[in-house]
Amino acid sequence: MSLHDQDDPALRAAQEDRLRKVWEPPSGLFFRWTDTNNNRVGIWYVLTAFCFMLFAGVLALVMRTQLAIPANALVSANLFNQLFTLHGSVMMFLFAVPMFEAVSIILLPQLLAARDLPFPRLSAFGYWSFLIGGVFVSGSIFFDAAPDGGWFMYPPYTTRTDMTGLGADIWMLGLSFIEVSSVAAAVELIVGVLKCRPPGMRLNLMPLYAWYILVVAVMILFAFPPLIAGDILFEMERLLNWPFFDPTRGGDPLLWQHLFWIFGHPEVYIVFLPSIALFAMMIPTFSQRHLLGYPWIVLAAVGTAFLSFGLWVHHMFATGLPKISLALFSAASEAVAIPTGVQIFVFIATLWAGRVVWSTPLLYALGSIAMFVIGGLTGVMVAVAPFDWQAHDTYFIVAHLHYVLIGGTLIPLFGGLYYYWPLITGKKLSDRLGRIAFWVLFAGANLTFFPMHFTGLMGMPRRVFTYPAELGVSGLNLASTIGSFLTAAGVALICLDLALSPRRQKAKRNPWHGGTLEWLAHPDDENWGVRSVPLIESRYPIWDQKDFVKKVDEGRFFLPDAEEGRRETIITTVLDARPLAVQRLGGPSVKPMITAVALGSVFILTTYHMYWAALVGSVATLAAILWWLWTGTAEIPEKDEKPIGHGIVLPLYLSGSASPGWWAMFITMMADATAFSGLVFGYFFFWTTHPVFPPHGAGMEGPGVFWPMVAMTLMLAAWGLTVAARTANRRGGVGAARGLLGLGIVLSLAAIGAGLAGPWTTALAPSLHVYPAMVWTLVIWTTAHSGVAAIMQGYTLARSLAGRMTPKHDADLRNITVYMHFMALTAIVTYATIGLFPGVA
Amino acid sequence: MSKRRPRGRMLHGLHSRIVTARVTLWTLIVPPTVWAVHFLFAYLWAAVSCEKAGRFASFPVLFWAGTALALALIVASALVAMVQKETPGDPPPHDAGTDTDRNRFLATATWLLAGLSFAGVVFTALPVLFLLDCR
Ligand code: HEM
Ligand SMILES: [Cu+2]
Repeated sequence: MSLHDQDDPALRAAQEDRLRKVWEPPSGLFFRWTDTNNNRVGIWYVLTAFCFMLFAGVLALVMRTQLAIPANALVSANLFNQLFTLHGSVMMFLFAVPMFEAVSIILLPQLLAARDLPFPRLSAFGYWSFLIGGVFVSGSIFFDAAPDGGWFMYPPYTTRTDMTGLGADIWMLGLSFIEVSSVAAAVELIVGVLKCRPPGMRLNLMPLYAWYILVVAVMILFAFPPLIAGDILFEMERLLNWPFFDPTRGGDPLLWQHLFWIFGHPEVYIVFLPSIALFAMMIPTFSQRHLLGYPWIVLAAVGTAFLSFGLWVHHMFATGLPKISLALFSAASEAVAIPTGVQIFVFIATLWAGRVVWSTPLLYALGSIAMFVIGGLTGVMVAVAPFDWQAHDTYFIVAHLHYVLIGGTLIPLFGGLYYYWPLITGKKLSDRLGRIAFWVLFAGANLTFFPMHFTGLMGMPRRVFTYPAELGVSGLNLASTIGSFLTAAGVALICLDLALSPRRQKAKRNPWHGGTLEWLAHPDDENWGVRSVPLIESRYPIWDQKDFVKKVDEGRFFLPDAEEGRRETIITTVLDARPLAVQRLGGPSVKPMITAVALGSVFILTTYHMYWAALVGSVATLAAILWWLWTGTAEIPEKDEKPIGHGIVLPLYLSGSASPGWWAMFITMMADATAFSGLVFGYFFFWTTHPVFPPHGAGMEGPGVFWPMVAMTLMLAAWGLTVAARTANRRGGVGAARGLLGLGIVLSLAAIGAGLAGPWTTALAPSLHVYPAMVWTLVIWTTAHSGVAAIMQGYTLARSLAGRMTPKHDADLRNITVYMHFMALTAIVTYATIGLFPGVA
Repeated sequence: MSKRRPRGRMLHGLHSRIVTARVTLWTLIVPPTVWAVHFLFAYLWAAVSCEKAGRFASFPVLFWAGTALALALIVASALVAMVQKETPGDPPPHDAGTDTDRNRFLATATWLLAGLSFAGVVFTALPVLFLLDCR
């Protein structure tokens, strides 16, 4: 079609009709919830996370009321423990991280002028998992069963089943479930940024928000898995009495602290960087100029991401590690201040160079930077080990972390809310109410947390349910309590403003005069995202490209139609966003919801020790996943290619490293490998803490060399067969490929037996000592992966037999080959470690 | 370009090879990855030798050699990035959608990251310089 065709209003109307029909949301009491469109799912996600924030805020108010006066008896010590544990856990796991993902699910497709993210059903799955897990964890407090070990759940007390109830299991299993959904969302966002940019949006033209999403999602990928590994060990100890953290049987509670903080410190940046990303969008708009120092921002984001993984021990300064280790981490903790500072200076410079338009969102942005800087300064203080020995576990830390979190996450999100509300609802929030709310909130937060620096330095420990008047901190505590209610009033004003929104008039389009793509959104928006996918030539196309909005609206760019009645978006190359293919997207479906319910049942039933029912749930989950994949992925299109306008014709099918599915597999496996390395870290950690490792004695001699080597050989052969099957299939040898895959299944299954035979035949007794427990864990991890390998090989074989995979359309086989590469690596590391390392040590 | 004539044939060959080298997201993360590997080894080396041998100052030569290597790698990638970020071609402010500007951007970011990583490695090395035992 040529440019001229789009001059015809009748044609445009027909295209719009088709698009409208294709993107029509499902309706009906139940079926409306099967929607997968990012704008719907994103909004549910945001609202849910917001409600969890309010809930955790109420818990905090109860705590502050208890602490208002000394020796208060409003709540018991036990309930107080549950309150602070749930407050911290909900804020971190159910608000801060999911909120970032939720906002990104709404914004990213708009910023990239994509119709949707590459895997809309995965987003929906993530949302339902989040909802189920979140309600499960939060609800526990109404049954007096909430976790009570603090948001970092330090063993050894938390692993002792005689001292803790179900709460600890609820924390571990409920939050593990949510961690899985966080990783799923991260995969979605990374692939979205790398592969779904509009044509012409090279890496150097990408909106900075997208850079931050990329960086933060990669951080999630490497940060969450060590915690998942820790969760596994933790639950093995609680459910099976395997002594990972029990010093009497060779375990060590410090291992948990390592795994937790390898996650925990990057986590604080995971929740902080997205706020900076929001600023990076707002500040150019409100200074009406390009952001200065674009590469500097990328430096800061990437640099912070790396450095933040070298800081975890600064949470363990008081654990008696060698000073040299402390010093290494102290140094890295000071270094991370550099990139953080860079970002703030870039913003100041941009505002300085531009014509500042004062507005409510900008007020929130600047206010939060002020608060964050105070928190950053106390951070630099506690990163100095000797100072931290004084401040650790006192209210000083509570002050630090709330300054950074309120300044770095909460207020920026409210700023983002005021900025992006018109994008989502077409209406502006009240500037007046917003400003009043800001000042109430700002005063309240400072009144709450500033006194805590002194409360802490005067000796009040954190996490105590009351304190004696003699400590001399009563006045400071009362101030904090008053401040907390003032903060709550500020939040209530914002909620009021939101509640009034439905009665207000629609705003005009692009009310802040932004220059980036998300402002293409129309107040009376259609469900299809963008009318046509534009060609990008500038970082701020709405400002810089001539007649840009008009051309998009009139469908003069790419993919202005949905001729075949399918939801579609354009896939482009990573570096330069050259168009590669048109991807067909999944529409509304109950499958993600069913899968989430099935998977949730596994976690929840395990919490209550209903193992048989949990097993049924696992089988149901597997069935649901296979059904979903079989019917919804790697579909062979009815024709090879289609035109997207301007004479460009794109294929409808991709396989291998150009395709989003391949990237998703690769990224997922990076997370998987990271969790695995957490377990391997555990093995070698115990080697360092024991004078003799492996230890000697009954139940501890094993697993020998023979079976591990057999298992390794079998698994490597299964890997080789899969690679050979891929090559054969590519060359048209369909029969050969099927044979190779069939043999591969047999070998993968045999590797399960051989892997388990090592510890089994040598009678390693996992509840006796940490060594056998560690060996068993590694073996179970690896053999479970062999089982998955067999399922994947079987699935691919079935696809080939069913004619859903052909030599040309081989995405399934290409994707499982990626899995098999990682599988081979896992088998080598596990079996070499357990089989050969004892001989070396 | 012609004004800053590199000395000698070999250097010239190297120079032109650098200018045309492919810049990607992977090359962008080379300097911080060097920092990460150096940091990881420094931590493991200190932790393992303190736990197993009770002292870590017994083979600091290894540590300094590793640090020198890390710094050298970072400086090398900084030099490459420096050449590439001066790629001649499109006019300032170098934020257009062209090959040259995309390369210049990646090179500039790499160069900045190299600076940060250099500081990071030096930061990591300082404690070892001052603390000589495991207490
Ligand atoms: C210059 C940057 C920062 C440095 C050097 C720093 C340093 C520290 C240190 C040393 C601690 C441990 C104190 C102790 O427990 O004794 C700590 C705690 C904490 N920091 Fe930071 N911090 C920085 C930035 C941030 C940011 C940006 C956030 C979040 C947005 C954050 C959130 C926290 C939290 C949540 C804790 C408490 C964890 C807990 O014990 O429950 N910090 N920080
Ligand atoms: Cu930290």
